[in-house]
Amino acid sequence: MEFFSHQTNFQFMATRKVWYTLSAVLMIVSLGSFFTRGLNLAIDFTGGVSAEVSFTNAANVDAVRAKLTADGFREPQVQNFGSSRDISIRLPPDAKQSATEVRARLETAMKSIDPGAQVAQLDVVGPQVGNELKVSAMWALFFTLLLIFLYIAFRFHTWRLSLGAIFAVLHDPILVVGFFSITQMSFDLASVAAILAVIGYSLNDTVVVFDRIRERFETNRRSPASVVLDQSINQTLSRTIMTKVVTSIVVVALLFLGGAVLKGFSAALLIGIIAGTYSSIYISAAIALDCGLTAEHVFPTVKKEALDHMP
Amino acid sequence: MLEYARWKYILVAAVLLLALLFALPNVFGEDPALQVARKDHATLTPDNETVVESFLRDHGVHFATSYLDQGHLMVRFASVPDQLAARDAVNGNDDLKGSYITAVSFAPRTPEFLRALGLKPMPLGLDLRGGLYLLYQVDVNSAVAQALEGYAADVRRALTTANIAFRDVTVDGPAATLRIQLAPGADAGAARSALTQPLQGLAVTAATGAAGPVLAATMTSQQIRERQDYAIQQNIVTLRNRVNELGVSEPIVQRQGIDRINVQLPGVQDSADIKDLLGRVATLEFRLEDMQGNAIEAAQSGRAPLGSKLYTHTRFGRPVLLKREIIATGDQLTNATTGQSQEGPAVNIKLDARAGDNMLKTTRQNINKRMAVVLIEKRRETTEVNGKPVSREVTDEEVINDATIKGVFSNNFQITGLGAGEARELALLLRSGSLATVIYEVEERAVGPSLGRDNIDKGVTALIVGMAGVFLFMAIYYKTFGLVADVVLLANVVLLTALLSMMRASLSLPGIAGIILTVGMAVDANVLIYERIREEIRKGVSPQAAIRAGFEKAFSAIFDSNFTTFIAGLVLWVLGTGPIRGFAIVLTLGIATSMFTSLMGSRALLTLMYGGRRKLARLSI
Repeated sequence: MEFFSHQTNFQFMATRKVWYTLSAVLMIVSLGSFFTRGLNLAIDFTGGVSAEVSFTNAANVDAVRAKLTADGFREPQVQNFGSSRDISIRLPPDAKQSATEVRARLETAMKSIDPGAQVAQLDVVGPQVGNELKVSAMWALFFTLLLIFLYIAFRFHTWRLSLGAIFAVLHDPILVVGFFSITQMSFDLASVAAILAVIGYSLNDTVVVFDRIRERFETNRRSPASVVLDQSINQTLSRTIMTKVVTSIVVVALLFLGGAVLKGFSAALLIGIIAGTYSSIYISAAIALDCGLTAEHVFPTVKKEALDHMP
Repeated sequence: MLEYARWKYILVAAVLLLALLFALPNVFGEDPALQVARKDHATLTPDNETVVESFLRDHGVHFATSYLDQGHLMVRFASVPDQLAARDAVNGNDDLKGSYITAVSFAPRTPEFLRALGLKPMPLGLDLRGGLYLLYQVDVNSAVAQALEGYAADVRRALTTANIAFRDVTVDGPAATLRIQLAPGADAGAARSALTQPLQGLAVTAATGAAGPVLAATMTSQQIRERQDYAIQQNIVTLRNRVNELGVSEPIVQRQGIDRINVQLPGVQDSADIKDLLGRVATLEFRLEDMQGNAIEAAQSGRAPLGSKLYTHTRFGRPVLLKREIIATGDQLTNATTGQSQEGPAVNIKLDARAGDNMLKTTRQNINKRMAVVLIEKRRETTEVNGKPVSREVTDEEVINDATIKGVFSNNFQITGLGAGEARELALLLRSGSLATVIYEVEERAVGPSLGRDNIDKGVTALIVGMAGVFLFMAIYYKTFGLVADVVLLANVVLLTALLSMMRASLSLPGIAGIILTVGMAVDANVLIYERIREEIRKGVSPQAAIRAGFEKAFSAIFDSNFTTFIAGLVLWVLGTGPIRGFAIVLTLGIATSMFTSLMGSRALLTLMYGGRRKLARLSI
């Protein structure tokens, strides 16, 4: 069974201006949302208290919020979480109270609404730990990008392809972050892990395309670069789409069956995979082309030996 | 021709068989269990086992089996309520409670023959087990400041002995410097030479200030680091001891980063008690006993004679009077271990050099007098007043040992005249008492057990559904070759599980997500090969040559593309902590295993299936 006729001949290079524009628009929207609305950072980054409470009957979110405020908790954020009986509570960091006190007070407050209430999970994160995590995440991102840039330059003998790869790689996390910013889904440490996995994974496709480009340049040095790039992408298209479909099956299973804890993570993965596929096909090779990629760069011709060694 | 080296077949088969063996323990699941250990840390005897078993039967608590495992008793139950009932019964009985510590845990149902080989299933992380995670920050600066205080005391003594007038000796903690303000007109040179011994190893500079000459002694960065490391190591040891006393099974206490310690307590629910226990700050003091005063009189009148202090809380029952001077403190204790002496079990004590000097002086002048060790604990107690929790700091001073000074010694000596259990306990207390730096909590996460169970179920369901989806899809799209890919995929998961079990890496929810992701990504390599094979066939290449060409040409693409994901996984592994680290480990290992199974496993299988056939017209791909 095959989805594709084996002779696709999409004109990727010729139409690249269209794709550049589309990417630019998506990135601007993402960045715009990020800088205005910002992310809904989880307590991993902000510090504070996060609790999950399950009640015996359906919980009334407003009543819970009112009770917490009346008990002296500042700015509680209360939401339904999972089922109608579970709620999640989020409190900003308060250096004056110890975690024990917070837990005890929270339990008393919840039990006064419903004696059978149980605190299923309670996380308390100090603000400085949260800050450090932010810094760590930045470093992780930076190092990954650096190492990848170097590796590709090394394997493919030219920085032009590296640049194309890096562009594609930067493009994907921006879109994922934009997604989180627009939907205001909770962005926690697992989301960062998902983004890093997406970076690595989207590079997969880019490298497969590059590998094909290298192969084609090896045998065919005369055709113009744009033709070779087009052919390479077309030839790898079936494989790219296939893998993505398969991985998506798995991630969708995770998204719907993995529970509320992994929701942010799975969503980040799914968006990242879609964005990654798009960038690998439409962006990375195009950028390399616009940097002036030719066969020469990937396979430098061996210079003829000097006639003799005499001056 | 389509061939595959024989040794490669053997390698693949051997690896997969081993993997199956290592992964097998994970299939069996686990039972709720109760771990019973003796309070004096001795090994449990079969007699003890019988006592506990009959106790449980008498109280109508159902248990499935019980057995001795590494010196503890493990009792298995059919359900969690039974387990909790047993724990409450044992803890509620005064006899048993005094001699035994219980801990709720999970016992894997691994069959005997696997257990005999030392094979165990993967340990489950806190988000799958339920439990408590605490992150403590060690105040390393106070460790440096304390060291400097020690130097300051020595400096004052040395200058007084050398008759050099000085105004003040101050400690500048953040700068790790000691400032010695000499009196105007004092001889700075003489001061320096008088202080060469006490300030050995420090960088000393002299300056002239408005109030007279000033000497500044700074700790080198290596000394600072050593002091900080020592403080953290001591804290870890102390926390570990305290955690062990709590009766938690498989607790983890480890250093995290430069100055943090993380404590993981699976199965623990009630955090208030635990944290009070762990947050105790303990110090030690060695003092001479006041041989002239009468302790009983002082206890009755409530007043101690001048120069002495009364202690009513002692380990041996009677009150005691100790002199005010402190000979050595807990942070000067470098080690306390149990050993043997001519009189029987003993505790070997090692102090650092300066405490050693002090001890030498004291013991020289006080043979046959008594010296005592005081354990001072500061802890937070949370009690309920009018239904509201109230937290206060409580200081508890206890004299844990009072012994006669039999000889002259400096920094190495023994305390004898103890029973074996007493010696062990004293050594433990001495070691825990050398925790002088303050630790405070910066992060806490508690997961309830039902949530943990829930997470496991969800994770496993997603994994199974995801895998089923992939299997079906591959089989439809690539027909027989797709089935080959499915078999290879299964082998991949088995291999990954085996590696994780071998590494004893904790499985967390993101870890399960990592396994699921690996399943999706592992298919990639096979797809690359198969698409290549299809291409070759379209070009008119013969089937067997096509298979071979497919593998050859796809190899570089597979390697490079997986490597980049590998880099991302590695960075996460190094920089991540906790569950994220678990995810990174799974991702990174998963890439390695998927490369192995896709390249070598598929090739072996396909060559077996198609290599020998002479007339191969079409491939089912």
